[in-house]
Amino acid sequence: MVCRRQFDFVTLVPMLAQSLFILLAVVSLVASLGMLISRNPVTSALWLILTLFCVAGLYLTLNAQFVAVIQILVYAGAIMVLFLFVIMLLNLAALPRLGAVDWKKAVGFVLGTAILAQLISVIVTSAESPAVELSQTGTAVEIAKELFIRYALAFEVIGVLLLVATVGAVMLAQRKFV
Amino acid sequence: MTVPLDGYLMLGAALFTIGVLGVLFRRNVIVILMSVELMLNAVNLTLVALSQFMGDVQGQVLVFLVISVAAAEAAIGLAIVIAIFRNKLTVDITKINLFKY
Repeated sequence: MVCRRQFDFVTLVPMLAQSLFILLAVVSLVASLGMLISRNPVTSALWLILTLFCVAGLYLTLNAQFVAVIQILVYAGAIMVLFLFVIMLLNLAALPRLGAVDWKKAVGFVLGTAILAQLISVIVTSAESPAVELSQTGTAVEIAKELFIRYALAFEVIGVLLLVATVGAVMLAQRKFV
Repeated sequence: MTVPLDGYLMLGAALFTIGVLGVLFRRNVIVILMSVELMLNAVNLTLVALSQFMGDVQGQVLVFLVISVAAAEAAIGLAIVIAIFRNKLTVDITKINLFKY
C-alpha cells in the first residue's frame, strides 16, 4: 500500500474556492481584454502571460495539478518566451492607428458577439451538471496511466509532430529559404 | 463543490470569444497568433472542467495533446512570420497578400 500525500487544493481551502475562482476569472478576462486592446505587441504578450497564469490557477482549483504545471512550463515558459523573442527580434513598433470604424470591424464585432451568445445559450439550456463532486484524477499518475497505455500511439505521433515542427521551423527561418 | 461547472464553461466561452475578436480585429500577425493561443487555452479550460466534473481523465490527456500541438503551431507560425518579414519588412496582415494575385 503506497501512501501518497496529495496536494488537494479544494479540500485544503474549501472556503476560498469560490472567491478564488471569481478572482482568477475576473483577472483572466481583464488580462485577455488588455491583450486585445493594447497596441504594443510586447504589452499584448505580457497581458497574455498574465491570462495564462490565471488559467493555470483555475486548473489548480479544478484539482488538475498536472495540467496546471504543464500550462506554466509549456505556455508561459516556452511559447510566450518564443513570442517575446520574435517580437524583439523583429523590433516591431506599434502599427499606425486605424481611422474610423469601417464595415469590416462592425461585421467582426457582430460575429464575435454572435459566437458568445451562441455558446452561452448552449451552456444555459444544456442539461444538469453531470457530477457534483470533483474527481481526483488530476495527478500525473492518473494521466500517465491513460497516456502511456491507451493513448500510446497518440503520444508517439505527437513526438513525431514536434520533431517535424522543429525541423520545419529551422528550415523556414533560414535566410536562403525565401 | 462550491463553483458550478457552468462557471468554468462560461469563462471558457468568454475567453474564446475574446480570442475570436483578437483574430478578427488585430492587424499584427504575431498578436493574431497570440489570440489563437488564447482560443486554444479557452478550449483547454473547458476540457479540463468537463473532465474533472465527469471523473474522466481522458479529457486531460486530450489537453496534453492540444498543448503539444499548440507549441508546434506557435513555432511554425513564428518561423513563417520571420520568413515573411525578411521579404516584406512588415507584419501588417493587410499588407501581406502573397496569394492574392
